[in-house]
Amino acid sequence: MPSPLNDFTSLVLEINGERRAVAFPSHHTLLEVLREECGLTGTKHGCELGECGTCAVLVDGRPVLSCLVLTAEMEGKSIETVEGLAQGNELHPLQAALADLGAAQCGYCTPGILMAAKALLAERPDAERKDIEQALAGNLCRCTGYHKIVEGIEWAAAVMRGEDAEPPHHVLYGEPEPAAAQVPVSAPGAVSEPAPNARLEPPKGQNG
Amino acid sequence: MASETARTQPKPTSRPDSRPTSERPAPVTPEPRYIGKSFRRVDGRAKVTGATLFADDLAFPRMCFMKLVRSTVPHGLIRNIDFSKAREVEGYLGSITGADTPVPFGILPVSQDEHALCPDKVRMVGDPVAAVAAVTEDAAVEAALAVEVEYQELATIASLEEALATPEPRIHDYPKEGGNVHKAVSMEFGQVEDALAGADLVLEDVFFYEGSTHLPMEQHAAVAVPEDIDRLTLYSSTQTPHYVHRALAKVLELPPSRIRVVACSNGGGFGGKSDPFNHEIAAAKMALLLGRPVKISLTREEVFYCHRGRHPVLMSMKTGFSKDGHILGQHLKTALDGGAYGSYGVASTYYTGALQTVTYKLPAYRFDGVRVFTNKAPCGPKRGHGTPQPRFGWEVQLDKAAEKLSMDPAKLRLQNLEEPGRTTANWLQIGTMGLRRCIEAVVEGSDWSTRYGNLPAGRGLGLACGSYLCGAGLPIYWNHMPQSGVQLLLDRSGSVAVYCGEAEIGQGSDSVLAAITAEVLGIELADIRLCVGDTGFTPVDLGSYSSRVTLMAGNAALEAAQRARALLAEAVCDLLEIAADHLVFADNRVFDSSDPENGMSFQEACVAAEAKFGTLSTVGSYIPPRSPGKYRGAGVGPSPTYSYTAAVIEIEVDSETGLYRPVHVWIAHDIGRSLNPVMVLGQVEGSVYMGLGEAMMEEQAYRRLPAKYSSSLVHKHPSMLEYKSPTFLDMPPVTSYLIEDPDPEGPYGAKEVGQGPLLPVMPALANAIFDAVGVRIDQVPIQPHMILRALAAKARGKAARFGPSSFPEIDFGEILHVPTPEQGGDGRSIDDYRHKLRSGMRSASGTMTTREEALEKHGKLTTD
Ligand code: FES
Ligand code: FES
Repeated sequence: MPSPLNDFTSLVLEINGERRAVAFPSHHTLLEVLREECGLTGTKHGCELGECGTCAVLVDGRPVLSCLVLTAEMEGKSIETVEGLAQGNELHPLQAALADLGAAQCGYCTPGILMAAKALLAERPDAERKDIEQALAGNLCRCTGYHKIVEGIEWAAAVMRGEDAEPPHHVLYGEPEPAAAQVPVSAPGAVSEPAPNARLEPPKGQNG
Repeated sequence: MASETARTQPKPTSRPDSRPTSERPAPVTPEPRYIGKSFRRVDGRAKVTGATLFADDLAFPRMCFMKLVRSTVPHGLIRNIDFSKAREVEGYLGSITGADTPVPFGILPVSQDEHALCPDKVRMVGDPVAAVAAVTEDAAVEAALAVEVEYQELATIASLEEALATPEPRIHDYPKEGGNVHKAVSMEFGQVEDALAGADLVLEDVFFYEGSTHLPMEQHAAVAVPEDIDRLTLYSSTQTPHYVHRALAKVLELPPSRIRVVACSNGGGFGGKSDPFNHEIAAAKMALLLGRPVKISLTREEVFYCHRGRHPVLMSMKTGFSKDGHILGQHLKTALDGGAYGSYGVASTYYTGALQTVTYKLPAYRFDGVRVFTNKAPCGPKRGHGTPQPRFGWEVQLDKAAEKLSMDPAKLRLQNLEEPGRTTANWLQIGTMGLRRCIEAVVEGSDWSTRYGNLPAGRGLGLACGSYLCGAGLPIYWNHMPQSGVQLLLDRSGSVAVYCGEAEIGQGSDSVLAAITAEVLGIELADIRLCVGDTGFTPVDLGSYSSRVTLMAGNAALEAAQRARALLAEAVCDLLEIAADHLVFADNRVFDSSDPENGMSFQEACVAAEAKFGTLSTVGSYIPPRSPGKYRGAGVGPSPTYSYTAAVIEIEVDSETGLYRPVHVWIAHDIGRSLNPVMVLGQVEGSVYMGLGEAMMEEQAYRRLPAKYSSSLVHKHPSMLEYKSPTFLDMPPVTSYLIEDPDPEGPYGAKEVGQGPLLPVMPALANAIFDAVGVRIDQVPIQPHMILRALAAKARGKAARFGPSSFPEIDFGEILHVPTPEQGGDGRSIDDYRHKLRSGMRSASGTMTTREEALEKHGKLTTD
């Protein structure tokens, strides 16, 4: 049986604007080469079968499922991953918005969603909610229920259009309790700091 | 604006007051800096930059790769394993089998029925029979495929009915009663027969709740790094590093002090990463044998075999009501299809009964439950653990009762509400109870009073409620130690390190710890570093399950931070010559509350304290209050307090096709107090999403292959494409209300939010379908053909319903009678002593006897 080690490809990839030479088994996908050869583990995988969207990266600006493309076909193409989104230490507006809204809970779907959203907004800066939902329909997220992600993308889109936008109050704090329903139970308002757990011993010795 | 600096930190809300002190101004009470504010979670930046390291992102020098050889038959004896072809694969390093891991393990002390690699018998397709390691992952895959295993097949058991009817062959050789019943329980609180006999309306329903799986986006992965022949570290995607630590020590037969388990950030858990797993233990064993780091990353298909998700449950529910709509008593029977292993199943069985009593007053209650073994991936805890199934039945049945009694479903619920501070019939202690406000909020928000029952045909509204634990009152194994511990380390730099064994699974537990610590010490989140989920360095926290972390680890952090503040205050008082209780810690300063100019920076305070006391460290820990229930089985259900939720769903149903679509969800959650509202909302919305998935489409279902293939029992669709889950396009708008009524048990009054909001979703959807088209669907997921069948039955004048028709005859064993608080009971069963004698070995169950009984029996504190 021929050794698999003989069947490898070497080429130059351009990732996040940086060119680098890589060698890899010829059948390896872009997902594998990004994560294993290039050390760019920001791109995630949830199925390796093109079913979850977690591995999305941009190839020449278009979202692509990196688990489904062979790296050998990537020569001369421009690849963008989540690691290339921030400018220096400054987060991309999409990143900042998703972070601020808690739209990355476990954060595992987040890189794929950020890349898909970036491609959408590049094409349609005025994307509306239904466009966002459509563009991201192939990205599954099990944590968020999707709303915070959509709201984050809307907010970032507004910022990228140069608008002085803030997320609506209900996005950050929920709908105010309807007045008719308000029943005073115990004193709300200012935080009263709770007493230490009374069932436990008080601190012993100087360092508790 | 969404720039990098926007709202990362809330603006400081108090500044030192510079008025002259001669006026003796009123003391400054600083506004909370973080608590109650929607701040960016502490791991937010790492998660949007791809910097967060999940287990599969780790790499170590000389790391090799492992794959498991998994059973292709659902039930059989292993006759032979042949590695000869695998050894030929270039890069092959070694292999192990069940002979290398003979010690059984399992999450519950009472169900030690799993092996890292099956020694002699396989119980499901996907059971691991061998592990092979190789230099590359490709080679490991190839070598694993080249391993040849011979099985002697046994008859398979595919369903609850088959398990009940087929005592032989047994899937496990326990319990001693024989057959394929894993656990049977029967208990009665008060006189249910009498209550039902005196009722004006008795409803008897049979419901079925299909199993579903967690489907975390991250597939499980683990890396074992050996440090010596008898010492190692395991990095894993686990919600419960402490329990993995215990299982590793047991199976590897090493002192726990030689093993360190690190929970990496989990890419979602939902209960699916709460068991110790065979692949974790096999990787550790392999690493010790090979003397090099070993990584295993599961494929999506393998994650379906790990499962531990929602149990399929068949339920019978018989409830009596007075004609004015008071609930008089209930008899609930549940039958759980447990799959191939015990997992949390004994606890799951009790959970299908335990929380029926905490929402509405239920003066008399009987619960019978049974769990069976089948040759399928084992079920366990998924978001809501055992409670969504009976909650579905209960809330649908209440809707039916309202219909029969011609009462508004909201009014029926409001007039039966359980009360804060009461002890339920099954001896659960209610804390604060915000369900009234929750119901009122969603009723108001959805304009229920004018729209319910009055929408055009095909449109409907449905209401349902739910409640969940804020942490299980008892640990999984008996002990008198804290359930959560936090240690703080402060030094002259003014930085504060927080050590805690909790696992960040996306729910935001790191942010809870950091915010509480920062709030108490008056510093910023950026001044805090966290070390979590590391059994080698952090105080034990039992893990991220049962919605316990905010309350338990939060209270431990609060205590540790208050102790640290007391130390700093003592040192600062000496220097500033003011009384400690006049000091304020805020805005990175420590100052006189009446004279804010008189103070110093937090860092200077640390210097003063380090000079006065030496190295600065404090600890805090949390033990839940004791529950009043003392009967056998009283260990499942108690919690320091309970969260409550109400939801209204509006739906649109096409009665031609049966297709339907939720149009809007209003949901109100009694959170006690939101520590971070935007993160609380994320949990609420995520729960609605997951609940809709279960209600509408998700199924962890099996089928037998046609005989011409193998008659094998296989998972219907172990892939993400065919296991249907809601996408961006399927989520309806959600209006969320956070109902705040601070609970004295919670840190700053906080209760849980990770699981509770899922509970009302499924029944609210079913109830909305009834309002829309007048048919009852008594099972989930609700599929269009079910609606059509029910509509057709209705048109023929038959019962306008789709659902299971009957509940089988089941022997639930001897009934335990427990007088209720209202009957003057003391929390024990009347036949306590007799029962204990007869049930013999079964009372060795860790979770199922009371703490007192266990301690009495062992005569000492136990750690095992
Ligand atoms: S890993 Fe799931 S689509 Fe690529
Ligand atoms: S944030 Fe966890 S899967 Fe999306």
